[in-house]
This record gives sequence, C-alpha cells and structure tokens, in this order.
Amino acid sequence: MSRSLLSIDELGTDGVLRILELADTMAEVNRRPNPKVPALRGKTVCSVFFEDSTRTRLSFETAAKRLSADTMTFAVSQSSLNKGESLRDTIETIAAMGVDAFVIRHRSAGAPWQVDDWTNAAVVNAGDGWHAHPTQGLLDAYTVRTALDRTGGFDGVRIAVVGDVKHSRVARSTTAAFSALGADVTWVAPRTLLPPVVHHHAVDDLDAVIGPDGDGVDVLYMLRMQRERMTEALVPNLREYTARFGLTPERAARLAPNTLIMHPGPINRGVEIAVDPAELPGAVITQQVANGIAVRMAVLFDCLAKGDDPTSDLERPELP
Amino acid sequence: MSQKRVLTPDDVRRATTRMAHEIIERNQGLDGVVLVGIQTGGVWLADALGSEIARIEAAIPVGSIDASLYRDDIGLRPVSPAAVSDIDFDVDGSTIVLVDDVLFTGRTVRAALDAVGDYGRPRSVQLAVMVDRGHRELPIRPDFVGKNLPTSSDEDVAVTADGVVIS
Repeated sequence: MSRSLLSIDELGTDGVLRILELADTMAEVNRRPNPKVPALRGKTVCSVFFEDSTRTRLSFETAAKRLSADTMTFAVSQSSLNKGESLRDTIETIAAMGVDAFVIRHRSAGAPWQVDDWTNAAVVNAGDGWHAHPTQGLLDAYTVRTALDRTGGFDGVRIAVVGDVKHSRVARSTTAAFSALGADVTWVAPRTLLPPVVHHHAVDDLDAVIGPDGDGVDVLYMLRMQRERMTEALVPNLREYTARFGLTPERAARLAPNTLIMHPGPINRGVEIAVDPAELPGAVITQQVANGIAVRMAVLFDCLAKGDDPTSDLERPELP
Repeated sequence: MSQKRVLTPDDVRRATTRMAHEIIERNQGLDGVVLVGIQTGGVWLADALGSEIARIEAAIPVGSIDASLYRDDIGLRPVSPAAVSDIDFDVDGSTIVLVDDVLFTGRTVRAALDAVGDYGRPRSVQLAVMVDRGHRELPIRPDFVGKNLPTSSDEDVAVTADGVVIS
C-alpha cells in the first residue's frame, strides 16, 4: 500500500513537521531559474475533481510537473459518470491505466477514504465536502512557519480563524494543522456559522479578539464568505457581516503592522476583506498561493517516494 | 560489531590540508573555483576545505547541495532530503569541486552532478572525497582523495573530523 494524505489528523504532528521540512527543499527548487527536478519520473498523478476548482487543481498539477511526474486530468463533466458509471468503476478504470496517485476533490465528506479503499495508488484529499482540505492546512502552516520564522513549532502563536467555519473544510484543516504545531486557535464567527459541536475556543466578537491596541492576535485568518449560503439566512446581510466580522479599514488600521493576514482565496472583496490586501503590510495571501506549490510537491513526494513496491494497480504477472 | 579506527583526527586534518593544497595547485590558483559539499556528509568537509584554502591562499564560495531528488533509487528505498541546498553563487563558468566524505558506488555523485547542472553550466566539475572505499557501480573517479581504503561492501565507513572508523 502506498501512503495517502487524507486528513491532518491522520497525518499527525510528526507527519505535519515532515511535510513542512520537505516543503523547504521544494521551495528551494521553486526559486531556481529551472524549477524542476527528476524525483518522480515515471510516476503518474491523476486529478479527479468532482467540484469546480481552478487554483487547487493547477497547484497540484504544477507541483506534479515540477517533480517530473506525468499528469492526467479526469474531467468529470465529460466523463462516463454522466452515463451512470459509478465512482468505484471510474476509479478502478483509471487505476488500471497505471496511476500512482489520485488527487481527489468530491462534494461528499469521506469520498477520498472510499477511493483509498478501492485502489493501491496513493490518494491525496484535495477537499471533501465540508470536511477536510489537508493540503490547504499544510500550506497555511508552512506560510506561518516561514513568515514568522517558527520552524520549532507554533507555541504561543495566537491565530484567529474568522468567518464561516461551519461550511468550511479549510477552517477545519487549517485549524488542525495550526493546533498540531501548538498554536492557540480561536474561531470567530456568528453562532449560525459555527458547527453544532465546537471543540475549539469560539467567540463572536472580532474586535475583542483583535484587542483595543490591535495586538491581540499574531495571525488573522479570514475565511471566504460563501455567498451561496446567504439563501439560508444564516447572516442578516453581507453588510452587517462585514461590519461585525470583516477586515474593515478601521480594523486594518488598528491591527499591529506585523499581524499576518491570511485568506484561502478566492477573496470576496468588500465582504470578508474590505480593504485592498496589497495595502496590508502583514498580508501573506500571495505567499500562500506560492507556498501551495511547494507544499503539494512535498505531499506528492512523501506519498510516492517511499521505499516500497510499485504502487500501480496494474497486475504484474509472475515471472517464471 | 567490531570497530576499527583507520584515520585519527590528526590524519583527517592533515589530509584536509593536503587536499586544499592540491585543489589550488590543480586549478593553478582559485579563479572561478567554488566548493560544493554534498548533503549531509560532505558539508563539514567542504567547510573544512574552505577554511584551509582561505588560510593558504584566499576565501572562495562554499555551498551545499542535497541530491536526494535526483537519486536513481527513489521508490526503491526511503529517500528523504536532509537539508535545503544552498548555492548562492553563479554556477555558469565556474569550476565546481564537489565534496563528499565517502565515495562508494558513485551514485550519490551522479545525482549531485545532475543537481549542480540544474543551477547552470559549470566550466568543469571535480570531485574531492576524504575516503575512497571502492566498489564503484558507475564510471566516476575522484580528483582529490584523503585516503584510499579497501573495504568489503557490507562494512560501514564513518568519516568525521574526529577520524575515520570502519565497523
């Protein structure tokens, strides 16, 4: 069996640290004029995205190519799934072509675990429902680690994750990654946008978290307000949401200048961030995107480079 | 397991000094010469050679390279980069002296040659090792050797500034 990455919890603190250290090596590759290494020659990585995604898919494909892996994209909209083929048959068919890793995004929580049961290839969860998005959590942790120079861990780092926690797999995975490294994570959201059971410290007053002098947090992680949720009347209106939970010009002016501002993208300008991110001294939003490639290179290498039998599902005949 | 010390700390120090002289002599000076230690075992030796060369003649750039991502046994055994490569000088046109502690099959050096080539096109590449223990599997030979040491292929050779130990 090959190694898969399904959730931060399964990866564990040691695994998170291993990936982040590997990401340093990959980031160095990305800084070179020719950012490509032969590490995964002959390996095939197949992206299977059942939900729309441009940035995550591009990020994974770039990562695979920089490691010299071959990439395939399974376009769900053009597939036989529309003819009624089951997910399992689809996965087994692609696996039979000799795929070493699947990168999968699915609207149903748990789908990557099922896929992992069906194939000997490595499976990387690129987002399942509201549940998990582990590579986002890892790239966020890597971004904080490099921006604050905290290679030893996040003990004492105060992080506020602000917004629609309930529907956000990003919030769950990034909180898990930050917590695994010892950070102090607070969820800031209206009660209607918190999950029914809250294991983390959660409050509904962003100003109290930032503090009167703006030095109450080291990292402000703004979640995307999913406009489609507005139909469910979970917040009265976007303007009020911004006034209470957005990064407004007043709050931006109050924040200590070294406070990191993070966002998983895409940003709803004027909603969760109502200032130009380019004018925020602590914004590391573009670094998050760049770091995503290095972290995904680390994840793919970690999944595919271990010393083990070939990972493809192709039947290998016994030689006489 | 039996251990045998084959070089003392003084032997290693003297060999380092001699190799530093040889590097300067072979290159008729230090014009364009840089040292690149192969992670992890070659890094301390590259630093030591760099210090000796600086003492004898002039300071030259010293970098390090991790060739893990270029190995030919990825997937056959656990391969994991140990450190981030550090090449902060221009490789194009330089004379690179690759430095490692032990030369064995030659596969690590092969990987390091590929890795260095991704930073640019050096004018030439030379190889300095503290111990050449034989058993080459590739057509690679060292230019500067601290000690030729016949070994059997299942022995372990540990090289540090504190000497060379076979176990």
